[in-house]
Amino acid sequence: MAKTQPHVDVVMIGLGWTNSIMGMELTEEGLNVLALERGPDQDTVPEFAYPKMADELTYGVRYQLMQRPAKSTVTVRHGVRDSALPYRSLGSFLPGNGVGGAGTHWNGHTWRPQPQELRLKSYVEETFGADIIPDDMTIQDFGVSYDELEPHFDFFEKVAGIAGKAGNLNGEIQAGGNPFEGWRSDEYPMPPMARTLNDSMFRDVAKAQGLHPFPLPAANASEAYTNPYGMQLAPCNYCGFCERYGCLNGSKSSPQTCVLGALKRRENFSYRANCEVMKVELAEDGKTATGVTYIDENGDEVFQPADLVIMGAYSLHNVHLLLLSGIGEPYNPISGDGVVGKNYAYQMNGGATLYFQDKAFNPFIGAGANGETLNDFGVEQIDFAREGFIGGSYFNAAMTNGQPIRNMPLPGGAPQWGAEWKEAVQQTYGHTMTIGSHGSNMAYRDCYLDLDPTYTDDHGRPLMRMTFDWKDNDVRMTQFMKQKIDTLSRALAPDDYKLSFKDFDSHYDVRPYQTTHNVGGAIMGSDPSTSVLNRYLQSWDVHNVFVMGASAFPQNLQYNPTGLVGALTYWAAKAIREQYLKNPGPLVQA
Amino acid sequence: MSAKLENASRRDFIKGSLMMIPAVTVGSGVSLTAAADEPPPNLADYTPTFFDAEEWQFVMAACDRLIPSDGAGPGALETNVPIFIDKQMEGKFGHAADWYMKGPFTEDASPLFGYQSSLTPREVYRKGIAATRRHCQDALGEDFRGLDAAGQDRVLTQLEQGALEFDEVSASQFFAFLLQNTKEGYFADPIHGGNKHMAAWKFIGFPGARAAYREWVDQHDRAYPLGPVSLTGERG
Ligand SMILES: Cc1cc2nc3c(=O)[nH]c(=O)nc-3n(C[C@H](O)[C@H](O)[C@H](O)COP(=O)(O)OP(=O)(O)OC[C@H]3O[C@@H](n4cnc5c(N)ncnc54)[C@H](O)[C@@H]3O)c2cc1C
Ligand code: SF4
Repeated sequence: MAKTQPHVDVVMIGLGWTNSIMGMELTEEGLNVLALERGPDQDTVPEFAYPKMADELTYGVRYQLMQRPAKSTVTVRHGVRDSALPYRSLGSFLPGNGVGGAGTHWNGHTWRPQPQELRLKSYVEETFGADIIPDDMTIQDFGVSYDELEPHFDFFEKVAGIAGKAGNLNGEIQAGGNPFEGWRSDEYPMPPMARTLNDSMFRDVAKAQGLHPFPLPAANASEAYTNPYGMQLAPCNYCGFCERYGCLNGSKSSPQTCVLGALKRRENFSYRANCEVMKVELAEDGKTATGVTYIDENGDEVFQPADLVIMGAYSLHNVHLLLLSGIGEPYNPISGDGVVGKNYAYQMNGGATLYFQDKAFNPFIGAGANGETLNDFGVEQIDFAREGFIGGSYFNAAMTNGQPIRNMPLPGGAPQWGAEWKEAVQQTYGHTMTIGSHGSNMAYRDCYLDLDPTYTDDHGRPLMRMTFDWKDNDVRMTQFMKQKIDTLSRALAPDDYKLSFKDFDSHYDVRPYQTTHNVGGAIMGSDPSTSVLNRYLQSWDVHNVFVMGASAFPQNLQYNPTGLVGALTYWAAKAIREQYLKNPGPLVQA
Repeated sequence: MSAKLENASRRDFIKGSLMMIPAVTVGSGVSLTAAADEPPPNLADYTPTFFDAEEWQFVMAACDRLIPSDGAGPGALETNVPIFIDKQMEGKFGHAADWYMKGPFTEDASPLFGYQSSLTPREVYRKGIAATRRHCQDALGEDFRGLDAAGQDRVLTQLEQGALEFDEVSASQFFAFLLQNTKEGYFADPIHGGNKHMAAWKFIGFPGARAAYREWVDQHDRAYPLGPVSLTGERG
């Protein structure tokens, strides 16, 4: 028999970006809020303090801050007829574990989506006609508009302290920013980061070709900053140990540096680390949740009663918990019925590595999000009917780190070992830069999440199964980007360069890191027969369960997700504060 | 700020921060408070914990071919790479402690699905070394370490390409671990046992754990002038 804890108003599952924000918002209403986080407690000091973070093997290669597959993982297969195999060791994506979640060890590329991306299906149908959408493509609108979210993008950027340059202030195009972006009500809170050699080379060549380069919006502080919660960021020192590491300098925007210090001071907030939620418990009629069951740090099962349950466990874990808790009807790709697990999507990326014998890039001088980007080939720029695909990408030339175990690009034909390998290493290290394309990934009928019939975790619960592969539409998109990056690369006149893009023979490979931008599975929308959540991220089926995170995306953006994830969290919090608390029940009538 | 000044203030900072941190451990359980001036062991004097004497000779010989001492830059043996590998076998990596290791196992799965073997890395090493040595004896009439450099390279290439078939272990998986761990030992912080005196970092120009470059970020196309520092404050 599980022991029962005293009742709280709100129980939050996970304590990453989303639930840190939600904690601030709901404690402001005077509610008693408890967060349960499965991983350890961790903070800038002592866990991320210099020098121990500057250890590539422990954090960069052995993933000390990430989820342990031994404790939590998924199975993967390419098609509905295949048997799935467990993702046994980390590679393709690296979910977080511990207070702050993946927000402690992310890069910090912080984007807003394009207005068109939030209503993608309608945009495509209105602009190019419904018949250009392939039969198996299941894209949808988010059900919330850019204009509605704008104040929340703005506030999230101020809380996180983003360094960048506006390109569109209230409809007026600004020199030096992204001229193609959606309107913004205010400038970024900090100026862009310092330019590195690769940034400048990319900027110059892009300008010469008539393109519109601008600095990547960065969650690495370009100067000292105090956010609206009174939290302070120190100027980034370009330490070169950013992605996969906690910031040793208090400069990377994270739940710790931007929110949790303020939240922990509130008496009506508490959190328990090393507590993993197993399941959301439902009342007998299945229409409301009564709380959650979790395993505490001693391994005991505990029931935590609450009036409101907020999931912020990361997209994949949100969907897993919904499936395990029986909230919403699981999606069936054969019949097309059901919704939970539907429209899992990822990110279609590619890139070029350029070698310049005579240039010194000093790659170890870098930050997670310093870089120069361009948006000329974005979703909103491309004529889908003419090009024969739906989607788009942004390009970036970034210099994030020069850590030598993982970052040793060698020219084509160089051997992998032996005396000649050593020679190639010495000749190449510090002389390469990259140009990447970061692209959208559409949703498809047979790309989805459900429970695995074979593999289980330590508690005997089925692992979640991911059915996913690359599709021709998205390969055509990335092949289009390849041509553009090839042109830019040649114009830079390197001594040698290599292109790496998916082609029509490519299948999803779980080994190389791609992104931790797993989206969908608990998608938002306007119709309960095609979405799990309504436009306020509230479960259609169980009204006191709200689900934060990129699991709500009906397909993936061309951008990194967290700018939208943060804004959607503020948007949902506003609806809870202004509507739900007064009158608990469905915020949208089905 | 002059290079000298940066150097000096950095050193004080490193010393200072080490004094403030009591017995912090890095992920693998290595203590960061190990005295900065405690010299790394000589490879010849080191007694391996995981590998037996014969296996140890194999690891040394193979590492010496993967990153040989010829030409510019140190080799795997001068940088204590075998010591790094021995330590890794005893840690979380060797035991696959963080990996999902529940069955059923599909050993012949497509490589796109990543590691699918039921063996832990330390089991792969043990079986891989035994099988490779047996192959050398049976096919070449000589232990691996008795072969000349070209002969050893031929065997390693056969392992790499999966041209050898062993009953109990995948030859290419064994080689993949051996190569991965050799490069890790070469380039990882010396606190993990290899990269002795940061020789591999000095060779390529990586400043190690300095991690502070604000004054240098916009100095374009100028090679960074300072040598590396390590987690324990050793300077190179
Ligand atoms: C290496 C890396 C680089 C990235 N770079 C970028 C980038 O440049 N730009 C960008 O936009 N995004 C980036 N991301 C993604 C970004 O980190 C996520 O979008 C963001 O952190 C998501 O916030 P979240 O609150 O939804 O989830 P998380 O931050 O993952 O937090 C979820 C928390 O829930 C906990 N949890 C899970 N299950 C349970 C359970 N059952 N019980 C209790 N707790 C649980 C987890 O341990 C975790 O701490 C990156 C991610 C990684 C890993
Ligand atoms: S690069 Fe900057 S923001 Fe990133 S970890 Fe280092 S100091 Fe922090």
